[in-house]
Formats: sequence, C-alpha cells, structure tokens
Amino acid sequence: MTITERTPNSFRNQPDERGHFGQFGGRYVAETLMPLVLDLEREYRAAQQDPAFAAQFDDLLEHYVGRPSPLYYAERLTEEVRKNAPAGKGAQIWFKRDELNHTGAHKINNCIGQILLAIRMGKTRIIAETGAGQHGVATATVCARFGLPCFIYMGAKDIERQQPNVFRMRLLGAEVIPVTSGAGTLKDAMNEGLRDWVANVHDTFYIIGTAAGPHPYPELVRDFQSVIGKEARAQMLSRINRLPDLLVAAIGGGSNAIGLFHPFLDDKDVAMLGIEAAGHGLNAEHAASLAGGRPGVLHGNKTYLLQDDDGQIAEAHSISAGLDYPGIGPEHSWLKEIGRVRYDSVTDTEALAAFQLLCRTEGIIPALEPAHAIAAVEREAKKMDRDQIILANLCGRGDKDIFTVAEALGTTI
Amino acid sequence: MTRLSAAFSKPHPALVAFITAGDGDTAANLDALVAGGADVIELGMPFTDPMADGPAIQEANIRSLNAGTKTADIFALASTFRKRHPDTPLVLMGYANPMTIRGGDWFASECNKAGVDGVICVDIPPEEDPELGPALRNAGIDLIRLATPTTDAARLPTVLNGASGFLYYVSVAGITGLQVAAQTSIDEAVARLKAHTDLPIAVGFGVRTPEQAANIARVADGVVVGSAIVEIVAQHGANAAGPVRDYVASLKQAIVAARKV
Repeated sequence: MTITERTPNSFRNQPDERGHFGQFGGRYVAETLMPLVLDLEREYRAAQQDPAFAAQFDDLLEHYVGRPSPLYYAERLTEEVRKNAPAGKGAQIWFKRDELNHTGAHKINNCIGQILLAIRMGKTRIIAETGAGQHGVATATVCARFGLPCFIYMGAKDIERQQPNVFRMRLLGAEVIPVTSGAGTLKDAMNEGLRDWVANVHDTFYIIGTAAGPHPYPELVRDFQSVIGKEARAQMLSRINRLPDLLVAAIGGGSNAIGLFHPFLDDKDVAMLGIEAAGHGLNAEHAASLAGGRPGVLHGNKTYLLQDDDGQIAEAHSISAGLDYPGIGPEHSWLKEIGRVRYDSVTDTEALAAFQLLCRTEGIIPALEPAHAIAAVEREAKKMDRDQIILANLCGRGDKDIFTVAEALGTTI
Repeated sequence: MTRLSAAFSKPHPALVAFITAGDGDTAANLDALVAGGADVIELGMPFTDPMADGPAIQEANIRSLNAGTKTADIFALASTFRKRHPDTPLVLMGYANPMTIRGGDWFASECNKAGVDGVICVDIPPEEDPELGPALRNAGIDLIRLATPTTDAARLPTVLNGASGFLYYVSVAGITGLQVAAQTSIDEAVARLKAHTDLPIAVGFGVRTPEQAANIARVADGVVVGSAIVEIVAQHGANAAGPVRDYVASLKQAIVAARKV
C-alpha cells in the first residue's frame, strides 16, 4: 500500500475532508457512532503515514492472499467474440485474476486492511454483514488468522440459499447470526450490523464489505482494494507497454470496480464501464441503483438508492446475491455524475450466458458477479477495433454459485 | 414562548411520549397520550430501515408501512392533531431519507404548515447539518439533537451548536427499547450536560416503568418513553387508546410525584 498522491485537477482527490464525493458520501450515522467514526478516521490517517502498517499489509497480501494476481489474456474468449463481430472488430479481452486470491474473491484485500486497523485500534471483537457470504467468509478468515472473535450478520433468506458459505464461516470459527427483519437479505444484515455496533461501541470493529457506509469506509475500502488497479496498471505496462482502452467491472456496492478504476482515473485515454445487475430487467425487479434509483441517504452515506417517492427503500433483486443491494458506493455516484465512468447494466439471463461462455472458452468458472462484467465485455468488444484492449476484473470464482446456476439451468445436482 | 419551551416550564418534568405514525389508530392514540398527561408528543415517521431501533419500533414501522402509510398521511395526522390540541408540542422523529428526499426546505415547510414544533433526525449528526438544519431553523422548527454516552466533553459543543427545543440524552449506547441505563450513570450524564447548556435535558431509551420514570424525573427536565407505548399499540391494535392512556397516566403520576419528594 502506498499513499495516494494529491495533485490539483485529479479525479483521485476525493473525498473532501468531510468525507464527501461531490454531493455524495458523508457520515449519516447516529450520534452514538459518530465519535467512533471520527476515531476510525484519525487512526486510518495515522496508519497511512506509518510504513510499518503498509509493510504488514503488503506482506500479508503477498504471502497469505497470494498477490499479485495474474493478468491474463483471454485468447479463446477473444476469438469467440470476434466470430460474431463485424469485420475488423473484436477487442482483445484481458482479465485481472482476482478470483485466484485466497478465499476466492477480491473481498479478502479489504478484510486484511481493516483487521489490521482494528488491531491497531485495540478492538477485540469483529462484526460484519454478508449477502452471498463471500465477505463473511473473508472476514471469518482474517479473524481466524488473527485470533479475534467474529460475528457475521446474514439475512435468513441468504443463509438458506448460501449454505456452503455458512458452513465455511462456521468452520473458520465465526458465529453466523440470522437476520429475520425486513426481507432477510443484505440490506437487513447491514441494519443489524449497525445495531450491534451501536450497542458494543467500546470493543467492536465493524468490517464493512464494500466501498460504502459512513466516511471513512468508502475511502479506506477503496484504498485497500486499489491494489487491484495498481497491479493491473503495472502489469499492463510491463507485458505490452500500453494501458487498456476500456476497464470493465461488475458493481453491487462497487468495491472491486473502484479498486480497479481508481488508479486509472487520471489516465484520460482509459475509458471505464461499471456494470450493475439488471435482474429480471430494468422495468421489473433489479439491483441497478444508478440506472433505476436516485440520490438518498442509507447506511451512513448519501448515494443513489432504489426507493419510492417517500424515500422508503426498495428491495433489490439479482441472481447474484453479491449484487443484490439497493444502493451503491458513493464514489461511483460521483463518477457517474461527473461523467468520468460510464455505467450500464446486465440482466440475470445475460449474466448466466456469459458465465457459461467463460467456462467453455477459457476453463474458468467465474462467480455470478463478474459474469455480469463478462456479458458487458462481450457487448463492448464487438464494437471496438481488434487492436484495442479491454481489461475486466474477474473478481471472484464461481464455486459458491454452482447451485444457483444449476437451478437456473434446470439441472439438479 | 414556543410550545416546547412552555412544556418544559411546567412545575414538573415533562413526559415525552412516542408512538409510530400509521401504526394502529394513530389519531386516537395521540389523543390518548394527551389525555394520559403527555407533555410532549414524539410522532415516529416509519422507515424501511430503522437501524437505531430495537424490535418493538422496527415492527411498528413495518406494520405502518404495510398498512400503506405515506409521508403525506403523517403530515395530515400532525395537522389534525394541531387543530384538536393547540397547546401540546408535537415533534417528528425519524430517519434522514424520508425527511430529505424532497429536499430539506420542502420538509421544513410541511412541518411548519402542519404545526410541527420540532424534528429529531436519528442519522443526521451535526457534521451533516446542512442537509436539514438550516431549512428547519429558517422555518422556525426546533432541531432537537441527541447526546449519547459516547458524546464526550470535547464533542458536546459540536452537538449543542445549532440545537434547540431540548436536548435528548440517549442514556444507553444501543438501540431503542432494550437496555436500561444505571441510574447513577444517568445522574452523572445529566449533571455533565447541564454544565454545558441551558436547553432542557430529556432522557430516554429503555424507560418502561413508572419507577424508572420517577428516578429520571428527579434529575432531568424530561423523560422519554417510546418502545413500551409502541408495545401496547402492538398488543391492542385498533383498540389501544384506553390502555395507552392508562399507561401514560401511570408514568405521569410517577413523574409529578418524583419532584415533590
């Protein structure tokens, strides 16, 4: 981890000192939590200045997580896409292989950073929320690694549909607490995580799983995940001595996308595309907060939210439990408003097709989250010249999703 | 003198009573709170994601939203309450998103038109005051801030800056309706707050029995009771007014008696 350079007119200077990304972000929390959030910010600033913190983070990423993750040219997928592209079209498709990380997704990068902060702050109890269970597994993993008790809030409905991850968390020594309020999914798990935190402020650290929540979470999660983009940028330059033309990443809360995008934001020739989950379609149930929502306040930050005219939050839907959230990290809302990043969406059906395409052409079973990005890559590559380059974040592997995919394909396993 | 300052100028500490708008027969329950002797009414605005609330108020929010309660209905309840009870202060309590979705100015203006005296917003701390504070102050609506066990002396002036009406002391670090603070910690906290402000101090979270209310009334300017009333509404549904009135009267009697000792 290195300290981000602050230069004028940069897209990488956000947030401001109050934790705002333009009109988004901020610290919309109950007074009980406010002093903690201010403490966390102070401690994070100190950690950023401490070479020992960066050294420990880097060391764990290398030897425990297995970084750097490979940068891979998907030759067969590129060829397959070119078959259906107009003459001369079909960009080269490259992947950042974050699915090869320990625990199988990018989530671990952030958990390593946050547990080091928790230990630095003298906290002795860790809580987290999880939807699909990937962040829960990553949190349980770092808690086991550092010997801290771990409590994971998970919607009762998600517990039912993600049994393998529930078992993994328990094997790792975590207590998985079912949340029955609301619809029993990620949003409700986050409410319950905040309720736990407010009642256990003195000893508890809340490891938030995505680049959202009250400041400084969106900033520090982005910084910890930026290892993805920093590595990818250096790898591109050393492999082919040029930067990609387009970056693509899937977005639920948006941590893998901001991790890839942020180090490239000032490279003006690099375009970026964030892909939200369109579920059953943007006119039906979906999880595309930017496409179908508007700005509001939830879970400590102001950002685009799926909501009604009165500001009541809607339930999201995606086949991918990791994208099934009615909000998005505030920095994405800002990047959309200023036009630096383009945002689009992909349906359940398109994601399922892309999932299978990657399995067959590259021998990689992706998670359903990056399957959304892959569907968009296919769409974009056909419009781009053959000498152009797309780099997509393969942010998780699909082992966790085989039951969901089998069910969607009408197969019993 | 505003309705709120009048309520805190009575010879006894104020009983501040909370119910969730749209849960049960809200108009009848509001009347029951007044009949039972509530000095200040807090009307909760239901929200899909009430992350500072315990099970009782969470469920009340869900019942209200499932019954179809809209923001416009809440302002209608407030307007008609004001016509029936010209002198009883009414405070709206809730979360940032329903309050700010149409802009802070819109919300403040609706409060003004409906005769609302003050607003408590759980998740707009002083650091995000521009979202709602200036609009309320311009409209003459009190912005009631919360102080908690984690609000230390260094932070307290930040909380008090821009606060008016009264100061709500959340006596436990936690969610509504579950834990009860030790009386000694409440005594100490109220003394500490009073050294910093002339605003009346109302103490809440976890207050259930007349005895607890009386103990708080011995040191504070007001006692807030919420979840216990909401549970009576949950238990009696559309016929909650009678039991609500009786329960509130028992609290009031204890509070009035507390200062005579």
